[in-house]
Amino acid sequence: MSSERCIDSEEQIQDQIETPPEPNPPDQPPSLTEIELSRRSFVKAAGILGAAAATGIPQLAAAQEAQAAAATTPQTMSVTLKVNGTAKALSLDTRTSLLDALREHLDLTGSKKGCDHGQCGACTVLIDGRRVNSCLTLAVTADGAEITTIEGLAQGDTLHPVQAAFLEHDGFQCGYCTPGQICSAVALLKEHKHNTLSTVSFETGNTTNPELTDNEIRERMSGNICRCAAYPNIVAAVRAAAKGVSA
Amino acid sequence: MNPFNYQRATAPEEAVRAASAHGAKFLGGGTNLVDLMKYNVEHPTTLIDVTRINSAQINTTGDTTMIGAGVRNSDLANHESIRTNYPLLSQALLSGASPQLRNMATTGGNLLQRTRCYYFMDTAFPACNKRIPGSGCAAIQGFNRIHAILGASGGGSKDATACIATNPSDMNVALAALNATVHVTGPKGNRTIPFAEFHRLPGTTPQLDTNLQPDELITGVELPVPKFAKHSYYLKVRDRQSYAFALVSVAAGLEMTGNTIHSAGLALGGVAHKPWRSLEAERSLTGATASPAAFKKAADLALAGAKPQEHNAFKIELAKQSIVRAFTLAAQEQRQGAQA
Amino acid sequence: MIAIDDKVPHPKLDRRQLATRYDALAKVTGRAKYAAEFRVENVAYACIVQANIPSGSVASIDQAVASRAAGVYSIITPFNAPKVTVPGNVNLLQDTTVFYSGQPIAVVVARSLPEAEQAARLLRIEYKGQPAKLGFNGRLKDARAPKRGGEGAHRGDPAASLAKAAVIIDQTYSTPVQNHNPMEPHATIASWEGDKLNVYDATQGISGVQGSLARAFSIPPKNVNVQCPYTGGGFGTKGGVWSHTYLAAMAAKFAQRPVKLVLGREQMFGPVGSRPNTSQHVKLAASSEGKLLLVQHESTCYTSLMADWIESAAAATALLYDSESLTTAHNLVDLNLGMGTWMRAPGEATGSVGLEIALDELADKLKIDPVQLRLINYADKDPRQGLPWSSKNLRECYSQAAERFGWSKRNAKPGQHREGNKLIGYGMATANYGAGRRPSSAVVRFLPNGRVYVGVGTQDLGTGTYTILAQTAADTLFMDPALVDVQLGDTTLPLSGGSGGSTTAASVCPGVYDAAVQARLKLAQLAVADAQSPLHGAAAEDVETRDGKLCLKSDGSKSELITAVIARNGNTPVEATATSEMPKDRNTFSSHSWGAIFAEVAVDADTHMVQVRRMVGTYDIGTLINHTTGTNQLVGGVVWGISMALHEESLIDNTYGRTVNENLAEYHVPVNADVHEIDVTAINIPDYRFNPLGARGIGEIGITGAAAAIVNAIYNATGKRIRDLPVTVDKIMQA
Repeated sequence: MSSERCIDSEEQIQDQIETPPEPNPPDQPPSLTEIELSRRSFVKAAGILGAAAATGIPQLAAAQEAQAAAATTPQTMSVTLKVNGTAKALSLDTRTSLLDALREHLDLTGSKKGCDHGQCGACTVLIDGRRVNSCLTLAVTADGAEITTIEGLAQGDTLHPVQAAFLEHDGFQCGYCTPGQICSAVALLKEHKHNTLSTVSFETGNTTNPELTDNEIRERMSGNICRCAAYPNIVAAVRAAAKGVSA
Repeated sequence: MNPFNYQRATAPEEAVRAASAHGAKFLGGGTNLVDLMKYNVEHPTTLIDVTRINSAQINTTGDTTMIGAGVRNSDLANHESIRTNYPLLSQALLSGASPQLRNMATTGGNLLQRTRCYYFMDTAFPACNKRIPGSGCAAIQGFNRIHAILGASGGGSKDATACIATNPSDMNVALAALNATVHVTGPKGNRTIPFAEFHRLPGTTPQLDTNLQPDELITGVELPVPKFAKHSYYLKVRDRQSYAFALVSVAAGLEMTGNTIHSAGLALGGVAHKPWRSLEAERSLTGATASPAAFKKAADLALAGAKPQEHNAFKIELAKQSIVRAFTLAAQEQRQGAQA
Repeated sequence: MIAIDDKVPHPKLDRRQLATRYDALAKVTGRAKYAAEFRVENVAYACIVQANIPSGSVASIDQAVASRAAGVYSIITPFNAPKVTVPGNVNLLQDTTVFYSGQPIAVVVARSLPEAEQAARLLRIEYKGQPAKLGFNGRLKDARAPKRGGEGAHRGDPAASLAKAAVIIDQTYSTPVQNHNPMEPHATIASWEGDKLNVYDATQGISGVQGSLARAFSIPPKNVNVQCPYTGGGFGTKGGVWSHTYLAAMAAKFAQRPVKLVLGREQMFGPVGSRPNTSQHVKLAASSEGKLLLVQHESTCYTSLMADWIESAAAATALLYDSESLTTAHNLVDLNLGMGTWMRAPGEATGSVGLEIALDELADKLKIDPVQLRLINYADKDPRQGLPWSSKNLRECYSQAAERFGWSKRNAKPGQHREGNKLIGYGMATANYGAGRRPSSAVVRFLPNGRVYVGVGTQDLGTGTYTILAQTAADTLFMDPALVDVQLGDTTLPLSGGSGGSTTAASVCPGVYDAAVQARLKLAQLAVADAQSPLHGAAAEDVETRDGKLCLKSDGSKSELITAVIARNGNTPVEATATSEMPKDRNTFSSHSWGAIFAEVAVDADTHMVQVRRMVGTYDIGTLINHTTGTNQLVGGVVWGISMALHEESLIDNTYGRTVNENLAEYHVPVNADVHEIDVTAINIPDYRFNPLGARGIGEIGITGAAAAIVNAIYNATGKRIRDLPVTVDKIMQA
């Protein structure tokens, strides 16, 4: 692998991290290559931040540069994504998230990128019926799975009951988190039918067959941030959809 | 993010073999590893997807329960036998992350969750001994409200081994209190690691979170005889009501007859580089009568030796109060109404 | 021009409410397209490289390795960037100065986003560091007056008033740096055709983007087309034009291909503006009966070294209460941070924290009910110049909200109300935000198919602009709002303005009203001049529209279908473009929105976690044009108050000058579980003096006072007075 090793100093340091410390961890910091040392001198200078420090990384050998550039070559893979019932064959950079595959490669822009780190829920889609953050799902891992996005919930012109409930109860303002909220709520109703619990179930002591109270809905929708804060209307929509689904 | 090869392992031996290559890492649910790759904190050159080989089964044999490393957090939390026999684990799992992330995260992956220290997560900070060994610890002179009060490696911000990071997992805290065992397989075969020895304190190697070798694959987590099925509570104190990491969390379990405690399990989250189990506190409760005084004594023992940073002294008292509260709730056989 | 005069009959505004948001269907189906989602052929992906020192300059950027990385098209740095005309608050790679950590210092354009980001990491950047100005508290002593703006207010004789006081409150309150974090990150797609620039931009002001880009690239504004049919939230951060928008256009020019540039969430902390922190010194002096004798409010906030920006926290203090004497002032502390900017209720949101907590402290000390204290000092006219209010019904807000809340059950003595392990407390505050409006144009067009088209060069960032414009047209023309089509978010539409400062409804609705009236007149003129029309020969002014027909006001029996008139007109749509104008008597009255906000909190006695159980707010915002969207937005504002009270804070490291929690996991905004009952009502009394629809803005007022009400409730629950926001577990423990 060394021929493909990127010269990024941090990555080489990362190698140190991955090296097991047995038998005993070194007392001194791991020895560093020349590049790393220059990085460290930079680090030190940056740490001072006061003195007018001009430091940098020495010129890299041409060979190293070539290696670095080579290490940026994307690894591509063939993937078949089954989205909303349609299978699409794609050749993707392995780094591509399912979210980016949907938005940038399949033009399914309903799933939103809010944080790209699993911290907001705007990218929520259903994989084999389960709600997941598509931003933290590598597209290559979703090969062959049944993916449902907001675009796949309605039957023709007939909205999914959860979509209809969000529309009816104005469960949004800017609408950017909405597809994720709706996908999340669709899964929530299914999860509740399967008698799943939440922390609220434990707090209330209802740990056998918890009723879908407003507090249960709030907790179970807490993986979807709405900065406009349409939360009360979202809860109303989920409550209404739950009634409709159970009726 | 660096380019990487993606391989889908079809058998554990194959996965372990592949992992011996430089820069290889196992991929479970991806909720932490992919996140850190996006932040350029992790740079694997090969990802070995183990989600299709890791067991997603939960099996009870005799008195013990074996959780496959591939069991997703949501499935684990809602599994009938876990809910019945180890409600502490269910409650802890459901306190963590979000429903979406719990649907993705695996048992094995959760064990390896890395710290949420701000200075570790942002590569623009040049000083982080966990990310760049020997570079210092920017958290010591920076914002350390969320950092460790127990077991941290000391020294100043320039110290080459200082680290005040915490383990962010909720599941781990419950597993510590439940005295679980981690099963792993590697080039030398299978072995087990007692939970207390799985995660490390920073010591002089803060870059290491666990005692797992890079080419070792977690295959499962074994839970011993359930002792706290009737009396347990996971209390999580955080900056918002949900979807936030713990400032302090408490996994409290009691084995009781009447008001008499036969044994206790206690572990804390958000206070140390590893889930902080306190055997002293547990022992102090053995044979004791469940009472605020007994719980307070246990709390004091658990926090003995706590050493705060500039912004987190509050955690010591908060942890103590939370321990008393968690044990009090655990001691109540039938909980009613919102008491947490 | 419409007369602002109560004698002129006004359209009956609540005649037909759109029951659901105009754009609801697009939003629940995922069909609503936001800026980054438009398909542009051969688009390349750009990413911004940010400085990681807080002060100094970029000494060199070695791009040799990065340039050879896979997929890279172009790398733009201060050393090769084309020259553009730069406003003072953005960084467009025109020089090497680094003002803050996070400042854009290069742009990489590549075939894909991962390739662009990877190449960005391969840039070898050397800096010349300079001592950085960081650490607000340590530099408070160096605070200075703003170069311009932020003037203080003065009235009475402070010393004399103070001498008479029976009770004095003298405290300092602080609010943190905050970042807007709309769910949609800033995004721009830019493409050039010769010297014409097409841009999709996530913005609160398409025309502002158009003008700014035209100036930067020295091309006429008409050469720049900006589109933004949906904005995924803004809250102020999309009100300005930040570096990335210019840099996307620059990169597209440089790389000679269309470029998409979307900010990462972490890039939303600094380069696109922050709400500055404030340190507010408030001194209240009152008689034993609770009459305010002196109000002093001095607020200091940080400002970027790039340019002055003032969080005018003390501005509204001058008009809120009728005190004998008053002084207010604003000061700035220079720091190596990104620009301050408008964030939801800039000034009022933070200022109401200082003033309204101080009033609670005063009420507590005087043993006067907090509502009563505010009524004692009620300002019946604007205390600044003595102008009358165009409309003010704040007394009704206090009484209605107090009634709905059950304020009479409050025990004024703190720490008395306990439910199990929960300490329960009630608190309240006054809400207020200024009402503004600006000229706005619109086109209204009668279509051959019987529908009416409305086009306005504004945008809807979730506030309901589509909805209220459909309704305004429908109300004006007495038709079903479901038959109105609204187009927004395109600079080819008639010029309107930015969506911000709670000015949108009051500005854009009158424009549509005027255009609708004029289009109707044109239609009438066609009909009355047409021998085939039953209305032939009538006066055009006598013609009105009603449910798809033209009819005579003077003779209801005479009417014909609008579509018939258009059909005879060769199926050519009939349209008018109009621009609303400002009332000529604007300087003879003062216009503000008002409200009263009440909070109930439960504070856990052991964990000290706070749950806001209920918020009850009643607002006097003039006409509530659409109940659904208006109430939703007010609720959102109140939740922002919860967030301000308990959650939000950008933590800026004093050594490195970086926001350490620049992500949504650690920059806490409320999640669903944080928000319980929010009861919001509008008393819905039109303010016709302000504009012909009687509507003042509602976007900001919800947050004002809300944070203070919660802090006051926490005091009532625990007896602990927290003066430093956000109120977190540790602060309650250590108080």
